[in-house]
Amino acid sequence: MSHSTVEDLVASPETSGSKFFPSFAVTPELEAEATKRLAQFPDNQKRSAVLPLLHCIQHRHGFLSAEAIDWVAARLGIEPIKVAEVVTFYPGFRQSAPGKYHLRICRTLSCAMGGSYELMEKFCELTGIDRSHSDSHHHPVAVSPCGTYSVEFAECLASCGTAPVCMVNDDFHEAITADKAKTLLDSYPATSSTEH
Amino acid sequence: MITYTKQPDPREYRLIFKNVDRVGWDPSIETYVADGGYEQLRKALTMEPKAITEEVKKSGLRGRGGAGFPTGMKWTFIPPNNTKPVYLICNGDESEPGTFKDRYILHQDPHQLIEGMVISSFAVGAHVAYIYLREEFPAAAELMEKSLNEARARNFLGKNILGTGFDLEIYVHRGAGAYICGEETGLIESLEGKRPYPRIKPPYFPAALGLYMAPTIVNNVESLCHVKHIIQMGGEEYAKLGVARNTGTRILCVSGDVKKPGYFEVEVGKVTMRELLYDMCGGPKIGREFKAVIPGGSSSKILRCDETYKLKQPDGSAKDLGFWDIPMDFDTLAACGSMAGSGGVIVIDDSRKISWVLNNLNSFYAHESCGQCTPCREGSAWMKKITDRLVSGDASPKDIETLESVAYQIDGRTICAFGEASSWPVEAIVAKFRDELLGDTIAEDEDAAHNPEAEAQRRYLQNA
Repeated sequence: MSHSTVEDLVASPETSGSKFFPSFAVTPELEAEATKRLAQFPDNQKRSAVLPLLHCIQHRHGFLSAEAIDWVAARLGIEPIKVAEVVTFYPGFRQSAPGKYHLRICRTLSCAMGGSYELMEKFCELTGIDRSHSDSHHHPVAVSPCGTYSVEFAECLASCGTAPVCMVNDDFHEAITADKAKTLLDSYPATSSTEH
Repeated sequence: MITYTKQPDPREYRLIFKNVDRVGWDPSIETYVADGGYEQLRKALTMEPKAITEEVKKSGLRGRGGAGFPTGMKWTFIPPNNTKPVYLICNGDESEPGTFKDRYILHQDPHQLIEGMVISSFAVGAHVAYIYLREEFPAAAELMEKSLNEARARNFLGKNILGTGFDLEIYVHRGAGAYICGEETGLIESLEGKRPYPRIKPPYFPAALGLYMAPTIVNNVESLCHVKHIIQMGGEEYAKLGVARNTGTRILCVSGDVKKPGYFEVEVGKVTMRELLYDMCGGPKIGREFKAVIPGGSSSKILRCDETYKLKQPDGSAKDLGFWDIPMDFDTLAACGSMAGSGGVIVIDDSRKISWVLNNLNSFYAHESCGQCTPCREGSAWMKKITDRLVSGDASPKDIETLESVAYQIDGRTICAFGEASSWPVEAIVAKFRDELLGDTIAEDEDAAHNPEAEAQRRYLQNA
């Protein structure tokens, strides 16, 4: 494989969650999504399809690698840097695999007042996640040693009336105080085998 | 008769939220049409597009996304001799801390939004529209794609809508977790596939130079829903709801230290702070007293519950208005030094240290700053660092001065309103809670630097 021009910008270290996601490949579904999304924009504005394609790839593969970025750039006829700059800016795009179940806990005012920081502590305790190397900008995601769970703080998830709230992958959960962490976790059980 | 799984408060006027929590309701087009849905679209398509805009202007509808700009007026900013395609964008990026209303429209009543968008697109001459949804609403995105397909199948969308010759396509576009995509020009940049760096206005008013530098109308989810009701009752009737210059209904979202947080749709200006917090939200938590309220999303200036405001009357005299008597409208909240904003009412009681509250907000803005303007990029990070030290007991009284000074150096000096959004919380909280903040500082060794940053700060200020 030839050297990617964005490899230095987008480092994709292995994580304990990597085993739960297939490596990047151009699937028929991805091709279909590209065709569908490109039809939604003027012919000379292919760049507009960047976010939809990155979402499609991240949903299946867990994160966006240099290889994925290069493919999106080529498919849209734009320079790889134009895709890399999007991946590195938006908090919703990851450069390494999360756990099989990725938990995003809201940390903004109403949820913090409602106990979201205590929820984070409890969840990390239950899953053995070490957040001591996490920060909000560069390394927001911390993965459990077994790779099944990962966690990050998110900013306001727009449900302040039912604080504290969180998301597990695409599932939304309300009023999850620390005492409910175990029940939430149990509804996303770890399995012993690795899956794709 | 409509019944709800969560009973609305008697003071509510359920217009936009008519179907939220409604018993027997589901988001399908069958249910929507059976309830009279899309009849207003039929009606609107028989009108002249300009006439629709006139109704919206007559209604006095003000944008419900946060800025409160008159919607009808915004629609008229498209250049008269425009030959470029016109776009309508629905701003579904709901991310202003304290706000949770568009969520329910998107997840429970998508066809109300679609109908409002088709009517609005017809009015402004758009044949392509986008619904920009925040990434964290995946269920809403899926539902909206399905709902748009349902609308297409019934010819409420697509080519030659209802045989009128009007073509319109609406596409869903998901964001990726950045608050600044709620800024209309940041949203447009994001739709163009780039980093969401907002554009400076003027000249980049979207109605003139928007998506792909073509005329673009960006409206909030709720605002676009109001358009349907304005067509239904007519602009003049709609303007009878609410109070003068603050017409219609709005959805208040109350969170934080109240017994019963939640959403409440009320006529603008017909509910006071007292009624909202005590009668509708059940008052403070047991054993607690209300301390302060952020009335319009985290970017709005905080109000103390023990304040009295001097409001200028039309005859030039000044009248006193106590905090609890503030009607929840646009103009009075502005006159009291804050804003109605997005309707996100965050309530703080006496168990909270205001330094902690401020630090939580500063962390939000430091994280969400897009970084293109130096005052905001540097200032938001700086303010967060100061309040980090304030909360950890490592700040000096001079730090409060610095905090305030940094905020005022951001305010008014940035490309977009995020500068004000990040600085106003600091300005207002320092002004109104100065003593409490100073109480969290360490007065001794004021001149001694207690960490490298404080030392650098001290040296800089000495030479400034």
